[in-house]
Amino acid sequence: MNFQAMKTIYIFEMARFFRTLTQSFISPVISTSLYFVVFGTAIGSRIESVEGVGYGAFIVPGLVMLSVMTQATSNASFGIYFPKFTGTIYELLSAPVSFFEITVGYVGAAATKAMFIGLVILATSFLFVDFTIEHPIAMIAFLTLTCLSFSLLGFIIGIWAGNFEQLQLIPLLIITPLVFLGGSFYSVTMLPPIWQTITMFNPVVYLISGFRWSFFGTADVSIGLSLFAIALFTCVCLGIIAWIFRTGWRIRQ
Amino acid sequence: MKNIVEVRSLTKTYEGGFEALKSVDLDIKQGEIIALLGPNGAGKTTIISSICGITRATSGTINIGGHDNVTAFRAARNLVGLVPQEINLEPFEKVINTVRFSRGLFGKAPNDAYLETVLKSLSLWDKKDAKVMTLSGGMKRRVLIAKALAHEPRVLFLDEPTAGVDVELRKDMWNVVAQLKEDGVTIILTTHYIEEAEAIADRIGVIASGEILLVEDKADLMARMGQKTLKVDLAEPISSIPKGLSGYDLTIEGEGLLYSYDTKTDRTGITSLLADLQKAGLKMTDLQTRQSSLEEIFVSLVADKEGAA
Repeated sequence: MNFQAMKTIYIFEMARFFRTLTQSFISPVISTSLYFVVFGTAIGSRIESVEGVGYGAFIVPGLVMLSVMTQATSNASFGIYFPKFTGTIYELLSAPVSFFEITVGYVGAAATKAMFIGLVILATSFLFVDFTIEHPIAMIAFLTLTCLSFSLLGFIIGIWAGNFEQLQLIPLLIITPLVFLGGSFYSVTMLPPIWQTITMFNPVVYLISGFRWSFFGTADVSIGLSLFAIALFTCVCLGIIAWIFRTGWRIRQ
Repeated sequence: MKNIVEVRSLTKTYEGGFEALKSVDLDIKQGEIIALLGPNGAGKTTIISSICGITRATSGTINIGGHDNVTAFRAARNLVGLVPQEINLEPFEKVINTVRFSRGLFGKAPNDAYLETVLKSLSLWDKKDAKVMTLSGGMKRRVLIAKALAHEPRVLFLDEPTAGVDVELRKDMWNVVAQLKEDGVTIILTTHYIEEAEAIADRIGVIASGEILLVEDKADLMARMGQKTLKVDLAEPISSIPKGLSGYDLTIEGEGLLYSYDTKTDRTGITSLLADLQKAGLKMTDLQTRQSSLEEIFVSLVADKEGAA
């Protein structure tokens, strides 16, 4: 195992993040603040509570998840796409590293960045609303798993993408709608029955539900199911990556 | 001498069906400089990419320092450094960081003192904190070389290192190559500049249409293939070849005569020519011989190959 290489990739990727620290942090903080102003204060003041939680506090887990999922995906996809774009991928391919080490380096760095941003947004939300986290350890665990699994997904997208447009395509067309319709800003139980059934096919529902449970102790679906869903999602991503690396798909001719 | 790289029956067919390599066998000796010459699309880069692990061989085996480059890829790749043909660099990174990255990727512990000597030998040390995108093309190429040397490779591949590079950098580069050879590093380079191969290589390989036409000692190759010409300067110019000399391959050039002969044959005909010149009453003032350059040899080899195909 080439630990030095994993560490090198990780540090190199994190350096890119810290170089652009201002835009990495400022933009999620501003957009989250906007959500709080619009949904929490303006609209939320007309909604008394959802499942016994004030609406402003209710949307906190969803907002954190929304940013974490999009950030993890875009960071990881960019991280591996950029060497393909600049051509520096030749170095990864000719170095004594297995794809496992490459994945750990890139996905680890992307997940770390997403985690940072998630925690910053959480901290920001304390400025707007008052709430307590009932299960902090479970909260961190859910957050970590989400960062990892969506970074894996982003990594796959980055390998698949042939240009910058495609890089944006999946996050824009699939991930953002799934997250918005996954109960970030509402409880699934508020939907008409037919939409409740349809929503159950959205994997993001399980992640947000489980994450919200760690805050308030209430959930749309059971915690066991949430954990199972996130584990399944992670396994599918790992499986695809294993296949990519065995075949060299889109990487090695 | 021991072989450090052994390529056996290597073939590569790309997805589109293009057959880039047709059963290539190649031995590279430890410590030598070997130049691979060939026209565009001959398969030079594909050979290098296959050895370095960037492309997968369709069939055949590659052994580097006794390690198979598929089953023991870590041990094999540890020995190899690659300077690619294209300038592939992350534009926003500092020079020193990209070089550190290369070293770490090959599993080597950080060693800034070593990297300093590498950067200094390439006249890059004062640019170490500059962003790659601010460098000139020639400087970027130096960065690529520094990256390839960052993990102290024993075998260095230079894929057209001097394409689009000015004279000064070329000189610098060959100094570095000479130093590496002295340190025992094996160097494989591809080039379009035949005079370069002629100047620095120990052996020459010629590739065309995915096949290795020959690999030979540079001196042997030139001696074997060499056409020589003898230039005879005459005291008085002549307008036509005298009758007595019509049996020789002679042309009139300026004040003198040009005689071409093949050094490979037993009889070059020089002695009898000189005797016959005297018989014809021509006065000679000087004699010069000239050997054909590698370029001429190369062109004739590739032309033969393409003519046969």
